[in-house]
Amino acid sequence: MNLRRDVFQAIADPTRRAILLLVATQAMTAGAIAANFDTARPTVSKHLQILTECELLKQEQNGREMYYHINALKMKEVADFIEPFRQMWDDRFNKLEAIMKNYQSKQ
Amino acid sequence: MEQKTKVHAENGKQELLITREFDLPLGLLFKAYIEPDIVEQWMGTKVLKLENKKHGGYQFETTDPRGNKHGFNGTIHEFVPNQKITRTFEMENTPFGVQLEFLEFESLTDDTSKLTMHIVYKSAALRDQVMQLPFAKGINMAHNRLQDVVNILTYHDKAQ
Repeated sequence: MNLRRDVFQAIADPTRRAILLLVATQAMTAGAIAANFDTARPTVSKHLQILTECELLKQEQNGREMYYHINALKMKEVADFIEPFRQMWDDRFNKLEAIMKNYQSKQ
Repeated sequence: MEQKTKVHAENGKQELLITREFDLPLGLLFKAYIEPDIVEQWMGTKVLKLENKKHGGYQFETTDPRGNKHGFNGTIHEFVPNQKITRTFEMENTPFGVQLEFLEFESLTDDTSKLTMHIVYKSAALRDQVMQLPFAKGINMAHNRLQDVVNILTYHDKAQ
C-alpha cells in the first residue's frame, strides 16, 4: 500500500492524534510512545511512519536511539482554518488538471 | 515544495483570493469552465444549465450520499473567452447568501496558465463560515483535537 499521505487523513485517526498529544510535550522514542498504548508495537510503528511521512513528526538520531519530535510549523499550518479550504480547492483543481491533460492527449 | 493552489484571506475582510497555476495551456483551462460535461467531472456536480454569456446563468445540482439534492446557481455578468468570468454564486437553502466571484484567466507560457479567483462575501463573518465548511466532511473533531496540540505548543513557546 503506497497511498499519497494526506495530512487530514493522518489526523482523522484517534491513535495518531493521541500520539501527537504525547509527543507535543517532549521528544520520545518509538518504544516509549508504544508503551502508552495497548496496541501492538508494529501498529504503533505504522502510525509513526504515517505521521512522519506527513511531516507532522520529525525523527532525530540521538546516540543509538531514534527520537520523535513534533513538527510545530506543520502542526500550526494544519490547524489554521484556511488549510482545509485550500486543500479542497487544490483537490478540485488537481482533478481539473488531470481531466484536461487526458482530454488534450485524446485530441 | 511550492504550493500550486494558494488562498489569501486577511483577517476581518469579507473577501478572499484563490490563485492556481496549471500545467495546461490557457485554452484548455478555460474550456474546463465552459463545457458542461467537463465541469460535471471536476466539480463532481450535475450541470442543469450553463449559459456562457453576459446575462446568462448557471444551475448545478449535487446529490449527497444520503440522496439529498443540493442546488447551486448564479448569474453571469461578464464573459470574455480566455480572459474572465464575473458571476454570482449561491448555495440554495443555506444561510450563506450570494457571493460575487471574479475569475481571471491568464497565459503564463504555451503550456501553463494561471487562474485568479477573487470572491466577495456579504460579510467577513459569512466568509469565515464558508471557509470552515470543508470541516463538515468529518474532520471537525480531528481538528479540535489538533487545536489542543497547537495550544500545548504555544504554551511551551511562551514558557521558554
